[in-house]
Amino acid sequence: MMEHIPLNFPFLAAALLAGVAFYIIIFKRNLIKLIMGIALLASAVNLFLVALGYRAGGNAPIYTDVPEGLMVLPVPQALTLTSIVINVAVLALMLTMVVHIYRHTGDIDAKESRRLKG
Amino acid sequence: MDSLITHSPALIVALPLVAAFAIPLISRAGPRVRNTFSLVIFGLITFLVAILAMDVHSVGIHVYTFGATAAELALPGGYTVPVRIMFEVDGMSIFMGLIITIVTLAALIYSLHFLKGQTGQARFYSLMMLLYAGMMGLAFTGDMFNLFVFLEIASIAGAGLAAYRTNMADAVEGGFKYIVISAVSALLVLFAIGILYAQYNVLSIAALGYYMQYTTLDMMALGLLGGAFLMKLAAVPLHMWAPDIYTVAPAGITPMIYTSSAAAMYALYRVTFTLYGSAIDTTTIGWVVIILGVLSMFVGVMMAVHQTDIKRMMAYHAISQEGYMLLGVGVGLAVLADPGALASYGRDAISGGIFHIINNALYKGMLFLTAEAIFFRIGTRDLNRMGGLGHRMKWTAGFFIIGALAISGIPPFNGFASKLLIYESVLRFNPILSVIAMFVSLVTLASFTKVFYSAFTGPEMPAYKEVKEVPKSMIIGMAILAACIIFFGIFPGLVVNTIVAPATDALINQASYINAVMGAVP
Repeated sequence: MMEHIPLNFPFLAAALLAGVAFYIIIFKRNLIKLIMGIALLASAVNLFLVALGYRAGGNAPIYTDVPEGLMVLPVPQALTLTSIVINVAVLALMLTMVVHIYRHTGDIDAKESRRLKG
Repeated sequence: MDSLITHSPALIVALPLVAAFAIPLISRAGPRVRNTFSLVIFGLITFLVAILAMDVHSVGIHVYTFGATAAELALPGGYTVPVRIMFEVDGMSIFMGLIITIVTLAALIYSLHFLKGQTGQARFYSLMMLLYAGMMGLAFTGDMFNLFVFLEIASIAGAGLAAYRTNMADAVEGGFKYIVISAVSALLVLFAIGILYAQYNVLSIAALGYYMQYTTLDMMALGLLGGAFLMKLAAVPLHMWAPDIYTVAPAGITPMIYTSSAAAMYALYRVTFTLYGSAIDTTTIGWVVIILGVLSMFVGVMMAVHQTDIKRMMAYHAISQEGYMLLGVGVGLAVLADPGALASYGRDAISGGIFHIINNALYKGMLFLTAEAIFFRIGTRDLNRMGGLGHRMKWTAGFFIIGALAISGIPPFNGFASKLLIYESVLRFNPILSVIAMFVSLVTLASFTKVFYSAFTGPEMPAYKEVKEVPKSMIIGMAILAACIIFFGIFPGLVVNTIVAPATDALINQASYINAVMGAVP
């Protein structure tokens, strides 16, 4: 049991990050903090994906210059890269919207942005 | 011609992507050139969708592998699992593709006049093309990771469009809510994809369905995927965001955002039927879907009755109508494992639920467009300040009547055709559910009668003496949808046989989707 802990550690960290992120997304009212919560959730998922791709003692899959032994499948890394790029776009869009909300209401607290309800 | 059909799945997604980035450049040559360019490109895409639909109808599942020596070659020699990115277009995918294309075409034509004189139009059309590309990709993709990518493309473009009128505080707020909901649900999807990949080392939906063991981890992944898609399609109790977005988004965009919810519903069905399919306990999952459907139906319509904002009211009706689709497909899912019940009423229930998706996209889309036509002319969405508009806006009033009768399930409009299928089949499964569905339909009719009465009838109000009918392109946009509504209502059998039945069979027949890719596996 004990020898699995170092390998499982990244997954535990990802779960912890996701938990903190959900706490922030659900309970924080400051819109900037909300965005930080989503960024944390994205990091948790990225950490999870990268941890999946780790193989102890594996080599980078560069066919022209590869030492003897296991080669790592590069798919999880490719997924993570794509996901990072997409999340940058999402976060940038969210921040611009918060700037617009601030211009209209003079506040970035979610309880001020309550025009839409019912 | 043959190679055009072969490559059409890729072109249908690639063309709008290229167009989206070309439009800002082209619009430097003037708005007329840009509008013509958008229309020509979209006409071309519509043509491609039409020939692909005919091909799928006559030949069957269309697999397109990117980068392979032949587009149909899903498994290169020596491989037992697909390694390339691929699109897989079956009856259900092309069915969604047709819905998305019809709604986008109407929205594009409607927007041509609606946007006149506003700033940032080039970016509006860019985002519209991106949203279209995202939704089509979602419908066509054959692997889980691209499902996530296209979901995000559609979300980003949709949020940008919802917040297009940044001079209005509520529009930005609505857009922000949409992107938060979309970002969280997309990350949940990615998390689930990670779990699936960790176990099976493949991302292709067909290969995952082939290897599916339904372990505890798969159960978690199903929960994450289901929760994420239900959030995106705004089923009760995750519906709170939808009325806000539908209310503030500009005309033309509201139907498109509604359609992207339908695309999320497609993803939900794809995951439950094709990815998990026979591996799961379909009766339990089916009942979960049924309960969510009944809740959405009932809560949606009850919230709609007392709204005074015309678009907000329609938004709650949209949630209520989604309940019907979930109910129909849920009943089919619940009896999926029982061939006798499936043949006698389960298949009809799924057909009804799927047929309702396209009917609802048509009449709901048109109702949103009429609401925006009123807003365009009188500058308010408040029902209490409207009245007597029928004297001046005859076309809009006419389209509103067609939409209102269709949504309430009155013959001879299309809502009747799909609701009848749902009532009949659900009655044989559980009569109480059918009674609830009919009751909701009655309340819907009552609610729309109230709106028609307060907005269009009565004496002409002095404040609206100068109100004119909306410009031609807006009428044409609404007329395209109205024509489809009437056509679908008069010839429901034709529509069910040509596009709905292949979609139903595509969902039920999990093996054919898997074999189209994995067929070479011994």
